[in-house]
Amino acid sequence: MANLADLKIGEKGEIVGFTDELLSLKLLEMGCLPGTEVILTHLAPFGDPIAIRVSGSYTLSMRREEAETMLIKRT
Amino acid sequence: MAKTPKIALIGNPNAGKSSLFNSLTGLNQKTGNFPGVTMEKLTGIWELEPKRPVEILDLPGIYSIYPKSIDEELVINILADPSHPDFPDMAIVVADASNLKRNLLLFSQVRDLGIPTVLALNMIDVAENEGYVINSIKLARELNVEVAEVNAKRGIGLNGLKLAVVKTLANRFASNDALPLPIAEDLIQDVQAEFGEAEPYRSLLWLMEHDRMKMFSKQQCEKFDGIQNKHKFSAKKYQSEETVKRYEQITEVVDRCVINLNRKWDAAPVRTWTDRLDKFFLHPVGGYVFFLAILFVMFQAVFTWATYPMDLIDGGVAALNDWLKGVLPESALTALLTDGLIAGIGGVLIFIPQIAFLFLFISLLEETGYMSRVMFIMDKLMRRFGLNGKSVVPLISGVACAVPAIMSTRSIGSWKDRLITILVTPLMSCSARLPIYTVLIALVVPEKNTLFGLFNLQGVALFGLYLLGFFMALVSAWVMKVILQAKEKSYFIMELPTYKGPRFKHVALTIWNSVNAFVFEAGKIIVAISIVLWVLASYGPGDKIAQSEARVRQENPTLQGVELANKISAQKLENSYAGHFGHFVEPVIRPLGYDWKIGIALITSFAAREVFVGTMSTIYSMGGEVDDENATIKNRMRAEINPATGKPMYDAALGFSLLIFYAFAMQCMSTLATTYRETKSWKYPLIQFGYMTALAYLSAFAVYQLLS
Repeated sequence: MANLADLKIGEKGEIVGFTDELLSLKLLEMGCLPGTEVILTHLAPFGDPIAIRVSGSYTLSMRREEAETMLIKRT
Repeated sequence: MAKTPKIALIGNPNAGKSSLFNSLTGLNQKTGNFPGVTMEKLTGIWELEPKRPVEILDLPGIYSIYPKSIDEELVINILADPSHPDFPDMAIVVADASNLKRNLLLFSQVRDLGIPTVLALNMIDVAENEGYVINSIKLARELNVEVAEVNAKRGIGLNGLKLAVVKTLANRFASNDALPLPIAEDLIQDVQAEFGEAEPYRSLLWLMEHDRMKMFSKQQCEKFDGIQNKHKFSAKKYQSEETVKRYEQITEVVDRCVINLNRKWDAAPVRTWTDRLDKFFLHPVGGYVFFLAILFVMFQAVFTWATYPMDLIDGGVAALNDWLKGVLPESALTALLTDGLIAGIGGVLIFIPQIAFLFLFISLLEETGYMSRVMFIMDKLMRRFGLNGKSVVPLISGVACAVPAIMSTRSIGSWKDRLITILVTPLMSCSARLPIYTVLIALVVPEKNTLFGLFNLQGVALFGLYLLGFFMALVSAWVMKVILQAKEKSYFIMELPTYKGPRFKHVALTIWNSVNAFVFEAGKIIVAISIVLWVLASYGPGDKIAQSEARVRQENPTLQGVELANKISAQKLENSYAGHFGHFVEPVIRPLGYDWKIGIALITSFAAREVFVGTMSTIYSMGGEVDDENATIKNRMRAEINPATGKPMYDAALGFSLLIFYAFAMQCMSTLATTYRETKSWKYPLIQFGYMTALAYLSAFAVYQLLS
């Protein structure tokens, strides 16, 4: 299954689930719920951290290893 | 008279909480400390109705009631503990209307704690621009609370908010008795049997977060653990499920109360200003270039623009001293006033322009939202050195002062990253080092323009010293990362806020508060040390001082006039208590090129390095008769002759050796005290003091031996 870190700039996905319990709570609280649409908008130099736009309304940044815990379905 | 009601302001970061706080309280603000923690507590008075003030408490921005870092812990410690001195009578949750669902998550948690809550909908204009129309009357009915539409930045809608608050204070608040997610009934009963009746959600919160709450003793925590084990209850699992459940409920409510005019399938996303700016600021090359350019401009500004007001202050204090010496009768008291007290105050005042400029830049970077972009592009780099993108803020603030910088590490979630950041932050050249740099650079670096006349050579030297501090902080951090070896996970999930124009009132308040704190808090120490030093330099053991004059005359029968007077005062200083201290440490600092006079300055500046310049002026003003042209400390030091060589004392070797020493040495009691408070252990301030002093000594030694 794809995870958020697999996306390229401009690609979209829909959140399906999480693989890390502790990080999932933080991500859920910040609005990354299963079913939400995310777009990869920016990559920092060296490709890490990444920035995503969540449900079209705000931007979150996270590290690549954190993005790997977010499972997505490409849309 | 009834007690003044307390209202807590709660909200997500960037929801407009601080703007609302400023709009409500204006200049009626007070900063203090929360009991037991060093976090700054901002309170203010809001005139609800004529003669009916309420106290507004501004709490740190959070996304949820479940804390992930130390500053978030504070909020739950206040909101879940009715016996806490800051426990509010009610809460205003500030919500960003353009991001309503996420903001309502926090709102629903606060409401379920049983705290009477008003919802303040902010940034409705932004939401409307994006095509969302919010029916706030319906929202109020659905959520069963008062809802007020406000524009926090422009102070619009405050009357509606007043009305909502008055109504909520007057009526009994209908709290939510049902838990967001059902749970074994006897679990809550077990908690309540042990810890008393409370709202079910509050009891549950105690159970889940007891180890982060200061209200519970160790035995009580063990009881909580026992209850959790008995029911096989997993707090993290419950919290995840609860969050999903709350979002489900919120989505239903929002769908009924908000209309989206844009809900066309796959409408092209609006390209906002923020997107366009981010293309540039987050660019792999351009982003760094821009960041470096900003830093460079900042230092050029601090060095060149600030010198004009600084010269005025310096000259003004010298002129005042000369004038006072002229009109007042010559006595020990006059000397104490002029050379001790006024010279000391002058040493404080001269910092003001540079501190003001530094805080101007730092608060502008914070206000506009650019600072989080810096964290974003720096994270990967900083991680290699055992730091974190969020360490950039403490490191940059460290350029102003290490004390608030170390306090700002609280937002770093990982303990190891935070500890390393705390330990290396004082290597960043703080504003107290600036006057030392300024004086010494002026002595050893020629004032020339370089690079096609674009840059001032002294400005370049100053920038170099700041870079050196930063570089040394990275190297030290890397060494600590290797030594500490902890495998703790750090995370970097944060919001990149939209760019905003700075609120100039906010910027001005920041500058005012920092200058104020510096003048009155650091100033007290500096003035006190200056006076003590003056006394130590004027009196000595036995009657050697009194005999100095006779001895000098006897030994140098041919000397006359100014030269004789100089010799006498130098002899007096050498025989004073301060002189004895200086001589005592001289063998240790000799290899660095320092004499006993600099030794005195080093000893006094171990309490606070800003004392150096003041000490130097006190010492050198005693070194001889001073005419008007020689009145400033810079010129006095320039005139100092090395008795061994007959050449100027402050040559390049000594100058750079001193510069490096002050760049690396840990000479600030306040910073050590802050490190102690933040790490809750004496071990870390001692490590900090030890490694920095060793680093300073060895580097200064190397520099002096290489250059001389």
